[in-house]
Amino acid sequence: MTLPNLALLIIGTVDLLAAFLFMYGLKRMSSPVTAPSGIRVAGIGMLAAVLASFLYGLDVTGTARQFLMMNMGLCVLALVLGGGVAWLAGRSVPMTAMPQMVALYNGAGGGAAAAIAGTELLAGHAAGVTALVVTLVGAMIGCVSLSGSLIAWAKLQEVLKQPLRFIGQLYVNLLILLATVAVGAFLVYLSEGGTWNFLTVPDIIAIFFGCALLYGIAMTLPIGGADMPVVISIYNAATGLAVGLEGFVLGNPALMIAGMVVGAAGTLLTLLMARAMNRSVSNVIFTNFGGPTVKSHGHMKGSLKPAAAADAAIFMHYAKSVVIVPGYGLAAAQAQQKLYDFVKQLQSSGVDVKFAIHPVAGRMPGQMDVLLAEAGVPYDLIFQLDDINDQFATTDVALVIGANDVVNPAARTDKSSPIYGMPILDADKARHCYCVKRGQGKGYAGIMNALFFEPNTNMIYGDANAVLGEMIEAVKGLGKAAA
Amino acid sequence: MSFAIHLSGFIGVYIFMLAAFAGWVIIGGVPAILHTPLMSGSNFVHGIVVVGGMFALINAGSLQEQTIGFFAVLLGAGNVAGGYTVTNRMLVMFQTSGKTQHHARPKHPKSV
Repeated sequence: MTLPNLALLIIGTVDLLAAFLFMYGLKRMSSPVTAPSGIRVAGIGMLAAVLASFLYGLDVTGTARQFLMMNMGLCVLALVLGGGVAWLAGRSVPMTAMPQMVALYNGAGGGAAAAIAGTELLAGHAAGVTALVVTLVGAMIGCVSLSGSLIAWAKLQEVLKQPLRFIGQLYVNLLILLATVAVGAFLVYLSEGGTWNFLTVPDIIAIFFGCALLYGIAMTLPIGGADMPVVISIYNAATGLAVGLEGFVLGNPALMIAGMVVGAAGTLLTLLMARAMNRSVSNVIFTNFGGPTVKSHGHMKGSLKPAAAADAAIFMHYAKSVVIVPGYGLAAAQAQQKLYDFVKQLQSSGVDVKFAIHPVAGRMPGQMDVLLAEAGVPYDLIFQLDDINDQFATTDVALVIGANDVVNPAARTDKSSPIYGMPILDADKARHCYCVKRGQGKGYAGIMNALFFEPNTNMIYGDANAVLGEMIEAVKGLGKAAA
Repeated sequence: MSFAIHLSGFIGVYIFMLAAFAGWVIIGGVPAILHTPLMSGSNFVHGIVVVGGMFALINAGSLQEQTIGFFAVLLGAGNVAGGYTVTNRMLVMFQTSGKTQHHARPKHPKSV
């Protein structure tokens, strides 16, 4: 057997193994117990695939041969540089900043897929209409994912604070999209023997990439911060798809399988998130939600009844069951740790404490679960919406911290409310409800919360951290008095 | 025989279809509590694009191709290393309280 052929045999075998390990690793994510080993299994597959890819060097032909040593060196340099920077960033990023970090890594993947398409197009490897079209579509999706993810990052990092909107934006975006497709179609026309004397093919390729990148930016700019869980999921799916398509062009089934599996995962999460917000995916992308256009909502019956943190703590201390509904406000105040300290106090005095998590609590799917896990909350205390909603009716106290729209009963009753129909946590059905809130403002969606005006609801105003500190002290004082 | 892989359009579509279906089923079994690690984990998995980048860079025959190929590997490597690190960091955080019951997850029907 010739050396190049042997190299291809080894690469093919290792890639097959990697594809298997990826799917097996993701499969192990179906339980928190097996999940850590799952990512390690996938990691082994990745490492093997990367190492085996150096063997491509044995099968180089044509002009690339004279650059072989240099290209190998560049390869190592890029791996060390890109991997090193991302590894360091990944180690130090706080869990609250996870959504923007995932957006960045995701954008990197999309950019890599687009760059591969770029080399294939420039080298003229994509022969035939099918291969060319697939390359172009992959390049376009990759570019949109790259620039869109960067905008999503800027929004989550609050570099961009306001969604950028103007009249006719939808049509401008549509125009950019059409322009991208048109330039791509023109490239296909040129490859099929068409001629044009004004621009060279590499220039047109560059214009194509420019249009696609611009579309990613234009598409993401008008989307509000509250919709970021959906947007991140969409780009995750998009990058997967782009990787899969480039895998087809390169003749590498491992890329196709991995990309497509991720594409399916991202699509599933996108739909789940959209459903949790009671909105369609196109509605998220094409309409202005949470913007200044949403007018403050109707008149509320009842009144806001403030309560002292200490009184609430003592009330909970004597309760049988407490369900805590955390929202992003808790994470913003970095009070997860204090919350769990308070929970441990309640547990030691015999209170049954559970956490109720809404799918969109946080800025990406499941972020609140991670933030609680980071604080040390055991995952068997954490319940999802469908599992716990029936239990509110038999719960003594619901403690809502930093959550707002996800507990707004208007979503059940008020047809004129923008969040009408959205599944919510039924905190209002608990016998008593305490809401910890920084001020008398509205939620992320800019809507008044009917829960706050319920007769059995008390408001505790203050920063979550300070409020929980007072609660802990109050229960401590109680213990001392008893002793 | 040659071990170079040649894919015709239809075989590609079949692979895509099966992989998408497998992905949908596998991911559908992941509980909501793990959705963030799942997303960063699947993010890590599409980092396999780095392999394609390496192929492109190693076979680059001009300065243009080398430059773009370099960025492909650079970005792909970032995707891989970052995705792995954050996913691993998150997953080791999930601990149980050591109680015998794990009501959040379905167990074998016999034990219920």
